This record gives sequence, C-alpha cells and structure tokens, in this order.
Amino acid sequence: MGKKPRVGVFKFASCDGCQLSLLDCEEELLEIADRVEVAYFLEATRLPLTGSFDLALVEGSISTPEQVEQIHDIRARSRVLVTIGACATAGGIQALRNFASVHEFLRLVYATPEYVETLATSTPIADHVPVDFELRGCPVNKTQLLELISATLAGRRPNIPRHSVCIDCKRAGITCLPVAYGVPCLGPVTQSGCGVLCPSYNRGCYGCFGPAQLTNVQGLVQAYRRAGVPEDELDRLFHTFNAWAPGFRESTRPVPKETEGNTEH
Amino acid sequence: MAARQSERIKTIRVDALARVEGEGAFTIRLRDHRVEDVQLRIYEPPRFYEAFMRGRAATEAPDITARICGICPVAYQMSAVRAVEKIYQIHVPPEIRALRQLLYCGEWIESHSLHIYLLHAPDFFRAESALALAKSSPELRQHIERGLRMKRHGNEIVEMIGGRAVHPINVKVGGFYRVPTREELQRLLPDLRWGRDAAIETAKWVASFDFPDFTDDYEFVALQREDEYAILDGVVCSNKGLRIREEEFPDHFREEQVPHSHALHSRKVSNGEAVPGSDRFAGCYQVGPLARWNLNRAMAPEIARQVEADLPVRFPTANPYQSIVARSLEVLTAFDTAIKLIEAYEPPASPSVPFEPRSGTGAAITEAPRGMLYHRYTTDDRGILTEVTIIPPTSQNQLRIEKDLYLIAPRLVELPEEDACWEAEFAIRNYDPCISCATHFLKLQIERQ
Repeated sequence: MGKKPRVGVFKFASCDGCQLSLLDCEEELLEIADRVEVAYFLEATRLPLTGSFDLALVEGSISTPEQVEQIHDIRARSRVLVTIGACATAGGIQALRNFASVHEFLRLVYATPEYVETLATSTPIADHVPVDFELRGCPVNKTQLLELISATLAGRRPNIPRHSVCIDCKRAGITCLPVAYGVPCLGPVTQSGCGVLCPSYNRGCYGCFGPAQLTNVQGLVQAYRRAGVPEDELDRLFHTFNAWAPGFRESTRPVPKETEGNTEH
Repeated sequence: MAARQSERIKTIRVDALARVEGEGAFTIRLRDHRVEDVQLRIYEPPRFYEAFMRGRAATEAPDITARICGICPVAYQMSAVRAVEKIYQIHVPPEIRALRQLLYCGEWIESHSLHIYLLHAPDFFRAESALALAKSSPELRQHIERGLRMKRHGNEIVEMIGGRAVHPINVKVGGFYRVPTREELQRLLPDLRWGRDAAIETAKWVASFDFPDFTDDYEFVALQREDEYAILDGVVCSNKGLRIREEEFPDHFREEQVPHSHALHSRKVSNGEAVPGSDRFAGCYQVGPLARWNLNRAMAPEIARQVEADLPVRFPTANPYQSIVARSLEVLTAFDTAIKLIEAYEPPASPSVPFEPRSGTGAAITEAPRGMLYHRYTTDDRGILTEVTIIPPTSQNQLRIEKDLYLIAPRLVELPEEDACWEAEFAIRNYDPCISCATHFLKLQIERQ
C-alpha cells in the first residue's frame, strides 16, 4: 500500500450543508478517515492548509475578490478538483444578486456598505478554474457524494445519472402532479438525484439538482404559461437555488449582466 | 497560523477558526501587556438574504431561509412559517404543532451531537479533531462512535418528517405537504430509546471533563413556557428580569454594524437606548443551550432533571465551558420529548391548514440549536414580501463572545502563541458559533504593542 490519498474540503459562499452531508455519512465517516488522509477540513479539524491534495472537494460560490485568489491557489494544489452542491456548480441562491444591483442589496442589509467588500456576482467555481467533476444538488445526495469520492480515488468517472427527475418519478409510479392536479413541477427539466423527494411528498419539484441534460426548458415554460401559471410565479419557480445555471437562468427573463465580477463596495 | 514581529506590534494569527460552521477570525490588541481591545471578525461573505427575498412569495420563506444554514435548516423553516402564519392569521392544530416540535427535536439531536462530539469534545483532550481523537484510544473511539450514532438518529427523525436531513422539503406555511402515519413514526422508537440512554451516558461523560475556571455575570436570554421546555414558541425571558412577547423584541434588542465584521451585532437596549454602562460590551447577552438550561431546566422532562441532579456540575452555572453539559442535557430532553411525542401521535385531519395571502407584518422567534432565531416579514396583499429581517443566534452571541475573549486575554498573553490560539478558539467554540448563519470567517490575531 502506498501513501493514503490526501483529501481537502474547502468552503466558499454557502450554507455548509453539503460538507455537512459528509459528516452525515455517520457510518462511513470513521471508515473514510481510516482510508484517506483528511488533510484539510476546517469544519471538522484544526489542521492548517499545507501541501497538495489528491482530491479537493469544493463547496460554495465565488462572491468576493479574496475568494477568486483562494480558488486559484486550491486548484494549483489539487490533482483532482470536484465541486459539490448548487452554490459551487451554479452560484447558489445568492446568485440572485446577478440579476440585480449589488449596491442596492448592500444598502438594504448594511447601514455602512463601505465596510463590506463583495463582488457584483456570485458565480460557480468552473467560471474561475477548471473543474474535474460537478456534483449537483441543494444539498448534494450523500450516496452520490460517497460514489464521487470512491470513484475519484479509484481513478474512474463517477456514475452519476444525468436524466430528469420526471423519468425517476414515472418509474416510481407516482401520480403526475402537473397533469393530475395542475401543480407546477420542475421534474421534467431537473436532474435526478434527490430520489423523487418532492413528488413523493405531494409537492412539485423545485429544482434542487439544476437543469437535466437534453431537456426542453422553453417547452415547459410555454406549457405552464398556457396552463395559466402567473408569470411572476413561473419566474420565481425557475429562479431559486440554481437560478444562474444555464437553462434556468434565461428561462423566463433576459440575462442582465456579464458574469465577470468587478469589485464593488 | 503565522507569527509576525515588528518593532512595535507583535501579531499572532490563525487564518481560519476551525470546528465552527463558517468562516471567521479574531484579534486581541495589547499595549504594555494590557488588553486594549478584542474583535471577533466574521468574514464569511455576505449573501444578502434580506435583500433578495424582497419580491419573493412569503410561502417561499421556509425553503429559501433554510439555505442560510445547512446545520439548522429546520430552525429557519420553523421561525419562517410561524412568522408568516401570524400575518395570515393561521392557527395550526395541536397535531401539526406536535409534528413540528418532533421535527425540531430531530434537529437539536443532530446539531448538538455534532457539536458535542465532533466540534467541542476534541478541545478538552487537546486533539485536532474528533477523527484524531477516535484514533487515539479504543475507548475514545467508542465515545465518538456513540456520538455519530446519536447524530444519525436525530437525522432520521428529520428525514422521516422532512424528507431529507439537510434542507427538508416537507415544511410549508400552514403545516406539511404530507404527514407521516403512526406506524412510520413508531418504527423510530427503538433507536430513540437507545438514544435516550446514550444521551445519559453523554451527559455523564462530558460532565467529567476538566473545565477551565472562568465565570462572569451573564445575562442569559431564552424563550420560556410554563408547560414545556420551550423550543417552538414562548415568552422571551432573561435571568435579569426581562419578560417580553416576541413582537417586542426590536424594542429591547438592537442590531448594529461594526467595521470588522460581516455579521450585525445585537445588543440589549432599554426603550431604544443603550443600557447604561461605560464599556463597549454594555448590553451583551448570551443565547443558546446554557442560557436555556439555566432558565428553563425546571420545565425539562423528569429524566433529564434526575440525571442533572447526579452530575458533578451544578446549575445554574455561569461557566461558559460547561455549556457542553447543558447541550448534552438538551440532547437527553430532545430524545425523551421525541419518544413521548411519537407515543402520543395522532395524524392531523389534514396535512395543512388552507389560507389566503394578505398584507401585514409578523414576527416569530424559535429556539435554534444555538439560541433564539428571530424572523420578521412584511407582505403586500398578494403575499409578496416587502420587508425581511432575520436575526440569527450567532449575531446575538457575538458581542458576548468578544467580552469572554476580553476577559481571558490577560491569561492568554502569558501563554506560548500556539497555546494562546487554541485557548481562544476553545472559548469561542463554547458558543457553537454558526458563522454561515451570522452573515447571512475567524482569524486569531494577538497584537502586542
């Protein structure tokens, strides 16, 4: 046996929920810790940031000038870099600022906006450095996360399906909420991964895993318009935790600003 | 960590505080061995929830605010639904309230077990992490394994009712999308009974730790009820005689922005004026497990009171390091409450109460694992949010944490730098600070002049 692979877990703008999913692997956690060297994981250990990594797991979006520098440093230290969760893969809910004025947002939350340094945009990691794999979800699915870690360490591509929630829902035999009850549902255009959670709780999918491959977003938007879903409700439906993901981003509104983040105070 | 030396100022610095949720730093400034000032700096980037939520539907508040914190999403969902329900004048039946309380118990178990075993206990053994602690002896590995299993059973409650442990999907204004059957909930009982015993072992274990000798005259603030250990609702009370309704919170507490932090500080005020006192810590207060247990332990389940009576730690206590004991007694309270709620569970006639949107303002406080979480919303007549204010527990504790650091700083100055850093972090972790919440990052920096 060679040296144990060095793994680092890194956080940018986020809620900590995706890295918590790693701590939520209660049964597997101590086993993972036996098989890899958890070399950097601020939420769990005081170990300082040193050396290089065989695998970097990155949570969160890029939203400050300092983070832009940090993500380049982490990329330079890491053989494989994978992003976990909607913030890291699409900019997160905080990317709603990309459609608005960050000046206005600062003024609403802080009495003295000059103290706060932030970028005008919240953007995915892949906008700044090359990313080897993106794991979707708000939050990520624990089983997919374990698959991602074991596949990456074994040097194979992770087996993560890219089809829609809708397909899983049909397979599970759940009554179609939009067809039967007129409930707007993003299942037809959202990537699988949640285990058809919302429809199995009698609730329309709200898009935690972002746009699926090969889906017709505009077709769904038109269908819901024809069905009488109010325009503002439709707009909000597509613009939540994956609002800035291509596909959802331009679904119902024009894209107002470039993703290149200029520093604003 | 890096040490910088110049002719006039010496700086010890930890680039990021570990084993907390989020990112922060702090500075202690010394002149001639006297503490000049301390600053807890939260540099977790701002995400502007209170701004981008304007124009969203009030019914979206539980799912959106859950994303403020992956550790305590249920707390956000509960404060959010209660505040919106006040505006819409919705009264949920007791069965729905019981399910919400059960869901919240799951989050307390999950979050508290995480903090006790993975984030805080390593400090008492001078271990970098719980993973390092588990490797140090078979006995300690057993403790950590027990903690992880307790955490899992907390998650299982949240998963059963909420659909998943992080960002549950089943909570809505008026109730739930779907409610569990009696049989589904009863399947949890054997593990929860194991958990209750494990929580007793946890309390005995953490109460046997060596606690640094430190106390102060704290103002502890928490929700209180006469009939149960308050989690979901209650009157805001303190050990200094405060007793107000949740709507009155802004009259007695004020948020301030400080240059060194992205989190707004909370301070207790009186009639809108700062409480008299010359120092800059005037009006600081503590929320969270220690505040709650000190104030509300008479309302805790009998088993928790009995276990507490036999511990070597006496309550009420003004030693913040003993918060880990209060947290363990709250885990016991949560397991016991969860068991009783499941045993008495009757599914509500309907999963949720119907409602019509209306204009108005509503405020609600619930007890997040780390302390009181205040939400206040204003809606227009279509139920669209026009104003949003969220005050998380870590913002409220921030000034109080700074005062603790200020008080222990003279002792830190005498220590080697590495030890001083650790002691300061240890004191901060007493509060289980959730920095993701509070900004909506921590660095240790001691400046010697």
